[in-house]
Amino acid sequence: MIKFSEGSVVVPGEAVAEGKEYRIGQGFYRVGEKVFASRLGILRIKEEDNFIYLVPLTGVYNPREGDTVIGKIEDFHSLGWRIDLFCPYSAMLMVREVPGYVPAGELDKVFDIGDLVCVKITKVTNNKMIDVSMNGPGLFKLNEGRIIKISSQKIPRVIGKQGSMVNMLKDKTGCKVIVGKNGLIWTKGEPKTEIIVNEAIKMIEDLSHTSGLTDRVAEMLDKKMEEYNKNKG
Amino acid sequence: MVYKKRLDGRKFDELRDIEAKVGVIKNADGSAFFKIGNTHAYASVYGPKKLYTRSMQDPKSGIITCKYNMMPFSGAGGRVRPGGNRRSKEISMVTENVFKDLIDLSEYPNAVVEVYIELPQTDAGSRCCGICAASLALADAGIPMKSLVGAIAVGLVDEKVVVDLTYEEEHYPEFAKDKITSEHVADIPLAFIPGSDKIFLLQMDGVISKKSLIEALEVGKKAADKIFDIQVKALKEKYNVEE
Repeated sequence: MIKFSEGSVVVPGEAVAEGKEYRIGQGFYRVGEKVFASRLGILRIKEEDNFIYLVPLTGVYNPREGDTVIGKIEDFHSLGWRIDLFCPYSAMLMVREVPGYVPAGELDKVFDIGDLVCVKITKVTNNKMIDVSMNGPGLFKLNEGRIIKISSQKIPRVIGKQGSMVNMLKDKTGCKVIVGKNGLIWTKGEPKTEIIVNEAIKMIEDLSHTSGLTDRVAEMLDKKMEEYNKNKG
Repeated sequence: MVYKKRLDGRKFDELRDIEAKVGVIKNADGSAFFKIGNTHAYASVYGPKKLYTRSMQDPKSGIITCKYNMMPFSGAGGRVRPGGNRRSKEISMVTENVFKDLIDLSEYPNAVVEVYIELPQTDAGSRCCGICAASLALADAGIPMKSLVGAIAVGLVDEKVVVDLTYEEEHYPEFAKDKITSEHVADIPLAFIPGSDKIFLLQMDGVISKKSLIEALEVGKKAADKIFDIQVKALKEKYNVEE
């Protein structure tokens, strides 16, 4: 028996379900018959296979293989750069993972400390050593534009189902947008449209636990863009 | 004369007024405000983040550090000297021990979670208030933990078991209005996981009989459950969920 409905907020130590027929996923633990939540999040139920799991509402970024992230160059090593991923662990970018020629001993000519780069995580070990790569489409150094940081747990809402939300942001404002899974979002376009995108992202972050968000954001974007076009012309 | 009516007119098992709020400090990863009577506590949580005292790093699991601080103007008497003292060191340690077994940082090797508890105003039961605030702040920061924890002081005042003592009750012989039968006052801070018998904090000041202690623990457990309900409400309020 599940005591809460799908989509309700549960807090640590709350008895969520009773009975052994449920399989439990991330965010729950079992004591005897009872199932308790172990972190603050939203309850999700898969009725067909008696499976319950929890989508966290807060928390730091947990690096995973295959994620595209935005990082900051932190330090030089003999064979690469150390990159701050804005989570408890930093990543290593080897010289061979960077396209193009890198002169030996002159790594700072390519990326200097404080530069922002868009990279892909290729490997995460059990003791949280992270390797990243820049070989691949859409991975490059971020030279211009605007960066904004939000909670990494809200990133799935910014992306939306099959990228619906981020594509809408791009289409309606004409900005380039890159969403890093670690909570950093880069935008580039007309300065004023960049601000509109950032406002929309802030709105998504504040209202991320509500439903029907895409429509509300679309409405807000239409209004702002209309104003922008009027002032421009 | 046995203690018949409490100095502030409460029932013997009645708590002081409680208020809890989550997300009060913007720059922290998790934060909470907890108030019980005239004792106010702010807790903020930072992390998990890199631990730069490398000798303290644990490659198997993350660690937690707590800092309890009474602000200089917080006491009922004179100014408290700022900075640490032996009392704040002890309370920081017991708070750390409460959460050490409660939170699970095996996912975050070599990392640290920092908890800061600040008390702008204190009456009595400040360590319990601090623990309640810290557990809310840890949940708000998204740290995996077994449960929220409810902490409360119980005690014996003039041969009567009471819950949530005030400063006047802790020093009952000074403030008593009637003639007293017993000089002894016991003050027992407790921390419970709701709905279980697991004790995470048990300290004592004073003298108490075995029978009274068992009675006091039972009363404390019920009080901790009440606090848990208030904490749950406060956390859900942040996300505008009505129940």
